[in-house]
Amino acid sequence: MHFFDDHKKLFRTALALFVGLTIMVAILPAIHNQENNAPLPGYKPLTEAEYLGKKCFIANGCVACHTQQVRNVDMDKVWGSRPGIAADYAANTRTDLWRNTATLMGTERTGPDLTNIGKRQPGIAWHLLHLYQPRAVVEKSIMPAYPWLFEIKKDVGINEMEVIVPPAFRQAINGKIVATKEAIDLVAYLQSLQQTPLPDDKEPKEFLYKKKETPLAANGNQGNLPDGQALYKQNCASCHQDNGEGLKGAFPSLKGSPVVLGNNLELYVNIIMQGYDPRPEFAAMPAVGTNNNLTPEEITAIINHEKTSWGNNAQTVMPQAVKKIMDDIKTTTKQ
Amino acid sequence: METKNLFSESGIIITLILILIPLLFAVIIVIIKAYAAISQYSKRKELEKFNEYLKGISSDELEILEQQKRAFEFSLSNNELAGESIPFDKKGLLDNIREATPLRFIEQKKKGQPRPYIEPALTKLILWYLGCATGWLLLGTTAGEMVGIKFVTPDLDHYSWLSFGRLRPVHTNAVFWGWASLAMLGLAYYVVPRVSNVPVTSIKTGYWSLILINASVIAGSICLMAGINNGGGEYREYIWPVMALMGIGVFISLRNFLKTIAKRTTKEIYVSNWYIISAMMFLLVIAAVAYWPGWQKGLGETIVQGYYMHQGVGMWFMLFNLGLLYYFLPQQLNKPIYSYSLGILAFWAQIVFYTLIGTHHFIFSAIPWWLQTIAIVGSAGMIIPVVAGTTNFLMTFTGSWNKISGSYTLPFYLIGIVFYFTGSLQGTAEAFRFTNLIWHFTDFTVAHSHITMYGIICFMLWGFIYTIVPRLTGKEPNQITVGAHFWMALIGLIFYTFPLMYGATLKGLLWMDGKPFIDSVSLMAPYWLWRAIGGTLMWFSHILFAYNFYYMVKQKEEIVIPSTPTGILKAKQELGNQPVTN
Repeated sequence: MHFFDDHKKLFRTALALFVGLTIMVAILPAIHNQENNAPLPGYKPLTEAEYLGKKCFIANGCVACHTQQVRNVDMDKVWGSRPGIAADYAANTRTDLWRNTATLMGTERTGPDLTNIGKRQPGIAWHLLHLYQPRAVVEKSIMPAYPWLFEIKKDVGINEMEVIVPPAFRQAINGKIVATKEAIDLVAYLQSLQQTPLPDDKEPKEFLYKKKETPLAANGNQGNLPDGQALYKQNCASCHQDNGEGLKGAFPSLKGSPVVLGNNLELYVNIIMQGYDPRPEFAAMPAVGTNNNLTPEEITAIINHEKTSWGNNAQTVMPQAVKKIMDDIKTTTKQ
Repeated sequence: METKNLFSESGIIITLILILIPLLFAVIIVIIKAYAAISQYSKRKELEKFNEYLKGISSDELEILEQQKRAFEFSLSNNELAGESIPFDKKGLLDNIREATPLRFIEQKKKGQPRPYIEPALTKLILWYLGCATGWLLLGTTAGEMVGIKFVTPDLDHYSWLSFGRLRPVHTNAVFWGWASLAMLGLAYYVVPRVSNVPVTSIKTGYWSLILINASVIAGSICLMAGINNGGGEYREYIWPVMALMGIGVFISLRNFLKTIAKRTTKEIYVSNWYIISAMMFLLVIAAVAYWPGWQKGLGETIVQGYYMHQGVGMWFMLFNLGLLYYFLPQQLNKPIYSYSLGILAFWAQIVFYTLIGTHHFIFSAIPWWLQTIAIVGSAGMIIPVVAGTTNFLMTFTGSWNKISGSYTLPFYLIGIVFYFTGSLQGTAEAFRFTNLIWHFTDFTVAHSHITMYGIICFMLWGFIYTIVPRLTGKEPNQITVGAHFWMALIGLIFYTFPLMYGATLKGLLWMDGKPFIDSVSLMAPYWLWRAIGGTLMWFSHILFAYNFYYMVKQKEEIVIPSTPTGILKAKQELGNQPVTN
């Protein structure tokens, strides 16, 4: 055929077909998307420190293991309260002359998703220790350690932060381990990562592929509560550790803790829902329950797990009592 | 979503079938063996009966048998026509006579074809390309090996330049742009002029291309380790000045090839050149779209990223390699390709469907739902070019299967083709929405990319290199080390991918179950160990490959004691011509 034997016609046709399809499935959708989306009204732009932290995040290739996208499927609910939308990414623009835009959505989840990490894990002390040596806080972690973001100094200067590292991870280090500005900026960026709430009148996208709901504790039956151990692992263990002993000088032990063993359920629920910072030697506890949208049943399961594990042997509680305290907290915080 | 429905999901079923295909072959072999054993047994029974009969045989019967035996044994003495004179092969019709040596531990494979005439300057250029590519294969997979080991021992080292996040793109980019791309271009410098039946327009341009691409990969790797990258999109980690070197390198070779094709002395353009030229044009389009400054705000970046990373794989590596295969496979089997039209169908279908599927890396993300659906439909459409291509290659093989066992290059081709089928269709299965729930974000993707980039692309490239280098240099590799390379690479790949796919499935189910995330990390530990073991085997096989390549090109003078008549006569003549030196 003449067409197939004419190299100009043949190659031009192939190129035109490819370019045409490219325009249809890549260029036009991309342009349409960037022209028609703007950041949500509640969006807080990155501060300078946070922006520098983002650059550090990019430079170290963190996106290789950490996604920043909550998909509209039920299994992604643990990473955010609503599925991500185009507006969540609209504030990202070209980084600089040399570098492209970094939406950092990622394609691998070897480590946890970071969309909401600022809410889920807001403690700076935790982050710094975790960056210095992840296995000091999460035993099973395989994240790389980033010791080059820290300096060894004799004295800690004003406005500097020392990282309290457990002895097992301090091999042959005599001075004080101090976070560099880069590390502080990186943590600032991580802390800034939070889902922006939708404007009041907007309904979030639905999560698809829902799990079958198991009917919960209508009669206060313990057997129907969710798995307290798994919830503890998910929400509490990165600080208080799997064995409940915490980390000396950073996170308090729950083994034999008066709050855990005592009868003041109101204080207990309050700490989980709103955070706690009464003791200067320990890092401040974030409002885990509120941040992670834990239900009364889930909180009851966590409390009961803590009350009965690691040698603790206290009376378990009922979800109704927890729910009542949580409702009270809600009304007081709303006023 | 309940997990008991798992086996009714089409994506899962397809994947299982694809994994089961090699097993099916194993089962067939077992059945054949069993059948042979059974028939052996029944024959033995028959023999016993026959022996009974022999005991009672009469002398008359024996006499008849004796007569028949004599009649059957009558034969000509073979010199009725020729007489007693010594045979003489006047026209040299007898060639390649092999004498059986007493012990052969390794089967003697077929030798490479005699060297066709190729300009020595072009030979040198091609060898430079393949040599650089081999170097990048070693460097790139050393980085990969380190990255794989870091999953098992995360505290292996604490140097920022070697940390996981920086080294991973060094590995992927070095094997993409350094190894595979340079090897493909080097082979194209052989194929394009040959199928056009004219010398290549400019050899010098070839060297410029080689220098630019090498410079790009060197600069890119250093930048990545120093923490300078483009912003995190996979395979788009090189910043634009680095990628520009690559683009210019490919562009000048493309012009070189186009000029060569324009001068061709054949009327038609052989289908290899369709694929090769298109792959080069498309890569330039893809890179231009992905690196054009001044756009890609917000999700625009993600949509372009999906397009870029998948077109890079499918339109550059896959298309280019298919082009090379359309030349090398028929040539190795010494017969034309089964169907030229199927090759053409696959070509257009690949362009139409492959271009659409980029965004299937972002299923359920915030990019428009309709775009995700198009990507899934396109992924299903890929069945057409893949089945057309595989059919074409396998039908070309038909009738020549016996050649595989006698060749050290064809097994590489066959594995490449088998993985072309299973690996590509696995991609289709992964793109479905349900399979995305389980496998997206898990190590399944890593296994898939190795089945395709390694199982298809690398195996084909090795086959091509073992085919042409002996022709260019006249030296064949040691077939034991070629065999060791083949088996270590194949077994390594299987150790690498199968445990990862299994572990990743468990991981996805665990996530769907809402279990704590850290459990999914500890769950993977044994599978990551298997991956490191498989990766190490693969890495060793590359050292063997590099050795084989070195062996084929090293210019050491070989001491040959002539054994052929021509050789002996030539040697005698040369000996006589030698001036007396002392």
